[in-house]
Amino acid sequence: MPENYYIRYLPLVLHLVAALLIALPVLVLTTLIGRRKKFAQKMQAYECGITPTGDTRGRFSVKFYLVGMLFILFDVEAVFLYPWAIILKELKMFGFWEMLVYIGVVLVGFFYIVKKGAIDWGETARVSVENV
Amino acid sequence: MTANLHLWLIPLLPLLGAAINGAFGKRFSRQLVSAVGLAGSGAAFLYALWIASQYSALATAMPIVDKTLGTWIKAGTFQADFAFQLDQLSFVMLLIVTGVGFLIHVYSVGYMWEESGYYRFFCYLNLFLFFMLTLILAANYLLMFIGWEGVGLASYLLIGFYFTKDSAANAGKKAFIVNRIGDFGFLIALFLLIQHFGTLDFTLLADKIVPLGSEAGWGLLSSIGVLLMVGAAGKSAQIPLYVWLPDAMEGPTPVSALIHAATMVTAGVYMVSRSHVIFDRAPQALLVVAVIGCATAFFAATIGICQTDIKKVLAYSTVSQLGYMFLGCGAAAYSAGVFHLMTHAFFKGLLFLAAGSVIHSLGGEQDMRRMGGLRKEIPWTFWTMTAGTFAIAGFPFFAGYYSKDMILWKVSQHNPILFGFGLLTAFITSFYMFRLWFMTFFGERATAEAGHGHHDQAPAAHGHDDHGHDGHGHGHAGGHAHESGWLMLFPLVVLAILSVIGGWMVGGGEGFAKFLSPVFSVGLAADPTEVAGGMSEGFVSALATVAFLLGLGLAWFLYVRRKNIPAQIAQNLGGIYSAVLNKYWVDEIYATVIVNPMMAISRTVLWQGIDRKVIDATLDDAAAGANQLSGEVRKMQSGNIRSYAAWVAAGAVLVVGYMMWMGAAR
Amino acid sequence: MTPNEISYSHILPEVVLSVFGMLIMLAEPMLGERASRKPLGYLAFFGTLAAGAATLYQAQYPGFAFWHMVHVDAFSTFFHLLVIGVAAVVILSSLDYVEEETVHAGEYYGLVLLGAVGMCLMSSAVELVLIFVALEISSIATYVLTGIRRKNAAGAESALKYFLLGSFATAFFLFGVAMMYGATGSTDIPNIALTLAKGSIPGLVYVGMALMFVGLGFKIASAPFHVWTPDVYEGAPAPIVGFMSTAPKAAVFAVMLRIILQTGAPGWLYLIWGSAALSMTLGNLGALLQTNVKRMLAYSSIAQAGYILVAFTAAPQEATSAVMFYMLCYAAMNVGAFAVITFYSGKDERRVHLEDFAGLGATNPLLALTLTIFLLSLIGIPLTGGFLAKFYVFQVALKANMVWLTIIGVLNSAVAAYYYLRLVVAMYMKPAPEGAVRVAAPLPMKIALLAAAALTLYLGIVPTGVLSYTTEAAAQLLTAPAVKVVTGQ
Repeated sequence: MPENYYIRYLPLVLHLVAALLIALPVLVLTTLIGRRKKFAQKMQAYECGITPTGDTRGRFSVKFYLVGMLFILFDVEAVFLYPWAIILKELKMFGFWEMLVYIGVVLVGFFYIVKKGAIDWGETARVSVENV
Repeated sequence: MTANLHLWLIPLLPLLGAAINGAFGKRFSRQLVSAVGLAGSGAAFLYALWIASQYSALATAMPIVDKTLGTWIKAGTFQADFAFQLDQLSFVMLLIVTGVGFLIHVYSVGYMWEESGYYRFFCYLNLFLFFMLTLILAANYLLMFIGWEGVGLASYLLIGFYFTKDSAANAGKKAFIVNRIGDFGFLIALFLLIQHFGTLDFTLLADKIVPLGSEAGWGLLSSIGVLLMVGAAGKSAQIPLYVWLPDAMEGPTPVSALIHAATMVTAGVYMVSRSHVIFDRAPQALLVVAVIGCATAFFAATIGICQTDIKKVLAYSTVSQLGYMFLGCGAAAYSAGVFHLMTHAFFKGLLFLAAGSVIHSLGGEQDMRRMGGLRKEIPWTFWTMTAGTFAIAGFPFFAGYYSKDMILWKVSQHNPILFGFGLLTAFITSFYMFRLWFMTFFGERATAEAGHGHHDQAPAAHGHDDHGHDGHGHGHAGGHAHESGWLMLFPLVVLAILSVIGGWMVGGGEGFAKFLSPVFSVGLAADPTEVAGGMSEGFVSALATVAFLLGLGLAWFLYVRRKNIPAQIAQNLGGIYSAVLNKYWVDEIYATVIVNPMMAISRTVLWQGIDRKVIDATLDDAAAGANQLSGEVRKMQSGNIRSYAAWVAAGAVLVVGYMMWMGAAR
Repeated sequence: MTPNEISYSHILPEVVLSVFGMLIMLAEPMLGERASRKPLGYLAFFGTLAAGAATLYQAQYPGFAFWHMVHVDAFSTFFHLLVIGVAAVVILSSLDYVEEETVHAGEYYGLVLLGAVGMCLMSSAVELVLIFVALEISSIATYVLTGIRRKNAAGAESALKYFLLGSFATAFFLFGVAMMYGATGSTDIPNIALTLAKGSIPGLVYVGMALMFVGLGFKIASAPFHVWTPDVYEGAPAPIVGFMSTAPKAAVFAVMLRIILQTGAPGWLYLIWGSAALSMTLGNLGALLQTNVKRMLAYSSIAQAGYILVAFTAAPQEATSAVMFYMLCYAAMNVGAFAVITFYSGKDERRVHLEDFAGLGATNPLLALTLTIFLLSLIGIPLTGGFLAKFYVFQVALKANMVWLTIIGVLNSAVAAYYYLRLVVAMYMKPAPEGAVRVAAPLPMKIALLAAAALTLYLGIVPTGVLSYTTEAAAQLLTAPAVKVVTGQ
């Protein structure tokens, strides 16, 4: 072990210093000498080539986020199936039952959100969504 | 081996009374509440008397330890039991507490009869007895501490009994907090004892400490002793923690008599005496005890001169007399301290009860300037109070004479300066007590209007607490005073007799010291009662008697003979007078130096800094409706979380920085 | 075939709690919108009882399981019972609260149970990554519970604050775990202890300890990571404050005991010293002038965390025992105090200010009496658990020559009496306002209150049984058999 433990991190520190030395002046210089002109087109939202329609800050239904969140949840849970599939042969029946339990737990969650109407996009569901 | 005395029953009897009255008292008639309350205290007293009747059989086997209730805490090698102990010292305390306690219960029946919350009062009073008896019978410091905190709690409840008055509730809280500060010392002392001796049991501690020699300089035992004294100063109202006791007079008068004169406030003296093994080996700590005691005795007495509220005079007198007791203990004359504790319980209990009777007879008047000439109207109260006044002032062969002489004599062998102050205090005590006596019972009754222009007091000096009334609103102040009923007079008479003969009864100071010597000679080579040198006892007695006569004479001259002089003196003294009148501004100093800064920090830094300006603002605005959030508020809200995150990050930087430094500094 | 490292009995309480949690989540959407959720509450309560029984069963089979991830011992059993007991009391005291507040009652009970899974797992996990997972399970449940009164602006805000700051702090913890792994090549606590015991401690260990302390310090609300506490406690539902100020804290203290004392890591002594002193002082000063009772108890809980941290400065075995005992007393008195507030505050928690408690002694004697017991215990009056807990903590700290810390602590506990007493004064010494509520507490609430009060007094009067248990558990923890290094399969 070297005399000073942190000496090992010297390259990292040097890297950090170098990064700062380059980035900081660039940032400072542009703010200092760069010209700023505001005109209508420049302040518009960027739409690659088409004439923009309205603001960038469009409003989405909260349902969108809800479904998005639920998708991620189940997506991540489904990913677990891949490593399991690879070693399923080693695990034999034990692995099978374990995965069954796992899927069961996921299904409980699925049952809950379906019953609560969280992925019901219809007009009728709007009232019950209030209670989710 | 003697038969099991079942000492644990003694504290339990009043607890039972408290429990019954607390649970069902609301539905009981007043008669039944009194019966339960009296039974609780009376049974304890009878039990104590029974033990006294067994005394000759027990004397050889003392101390008797009763472990019927088994172990309380056992953690590793440390153990504390629910163990009670009877020896000569706790025996004396037991008789005082149950005896005076019972008398005051009887008195309270008459005094409190008309009050609402009657059952509550007796519940608290019995509860107090339970804790007090636990305190004095405990066989280890930890059990003693239960009683110690418990009496504080009961005292808090009783001071705040007239809780519709803000001043009463505040006084209760003040008493509790100041006591907690004192307990801080006590607790640390206990931790040190555990750390170095591994036990809190009195007997085991004595075994371990006795072989240690006397500490020449400042050592462990001195630290423990001083810390114990901090605790004692809190409970027994000594400098610098005495400030709560005068305010405690907001409580009903029987409470002042029982708790703030006769029993609870003497717990500190008892505790120091109980710890004599430690103090014997720590002369530095003893000196601290003596100096604190002497200073308190002197300063409180000077404050007593200027007070006009009859209960406040007695309160400062109590502080002063407690100082005497510590002065005695500080001269290693524990038996003298305890002796004074006992006689003080008699005459100060009596004085408070008699003062209560005066207040009662005048329908709640407490200002002495509006009293006078009561001698003929309430003769019983007058004569009993006379006995008490003569006893406290040190009239020869009354109770106070013996105990005060004993203390002064012992101190004269130790330290001439302390002795000088002690003697001076005796003179002042005699003076202010006779001032009270003359103002209350002699001359003419001043009308309410005249009272304000009276010569004795500068009108500007009415502090906020000068008008602490006793909650007695009978509404016939100024009318004819009436004598109290026999329920209130009986305890007065008994205590008056004890105040007269109490000192002589036990054979004076020497007889009492001999009785207690089995306790206080533990671990000492020589019998502590036989200290040679110093002035002869007779000479000290003569000096004390002269001090008594001078005080009496001066009070007579100023308050009977030439009534216009006190006002002139007050005028000429100017600054000194107003310092004394305002109790040396100690309360104000505490407020400025400790309380206000703390509150200010709490308010400014924590409440206004974080809570008020940022949080409350966001909460209110967020509640105003999420849709209408103005840009300003939104900024504030995110800024809020961001500033919290910044706090966490700053803390993290500190923590990581420190640990890296630790790592690098290996 | 089942690999022999897999032993469900070692995680039985967690399994039981999860099953009941899921049952409730299944039952919740089946119930009609207007139907009472009380049966779910009783189901949840039954779940805690079953989990308690599972813990007692599990205690007969101590040892490692799941490839050195979980270790069942007296220490973990103690914290399991503590967490489950708190959950049970909270569920009982919430039964009427959640009906009244029209919160999502089913989810509420489910989340309490699932949160308890995480807390239980924290106390038996001996592997840093698993500890992290358990910490997240418990944290996420509490984040949601904090904001479960969705229509309440203060509730939503406090949940958001808690969530953002909590995730921030957890990131520190995870970073610390990574550092620790980098330094010792293992995330397994007994293995780390072995490595560290060999001498030549890498510097990264210090950094790792520091970062983990930041994360855990946040969760126990110790200074300087305490700023979130008053806001979050004020906005969260009262029974949940009772829950989150005790159960997760207990679990985190269990983790701290394992990480700090069981590994024998160096360098943290004065870190804890400073944090303890700061927590006690800031907590008590902040509470002094509070008039909102929930906020006051929030500051008080900061101070209480400080007292517990004091114990860490003692000799390891005594420290462990003292922390366990203090935590149990604290859980009993704090969860009880919040149960009273839960019931008394009423719909929308209208009555949480000091003046609202005026005259409670006359109008609701049972509530006032139990709350007084809890407050006296928080002050540290003898014959209550709070006194012995403080006494124990300060005594062992002084024994380890922490003179100044002990002085700061004892002085602080003297000052603290002031604000607790204000509440007692309000209850007994102020007249009740016009139209004071005189509703008698429902039976489950009474049971919850009396159980907490009885435990508070029991710990103050006959603590020996618990003390000998904690001493024994501490001894086991610190001499835990460091089994051979196990790698994967």
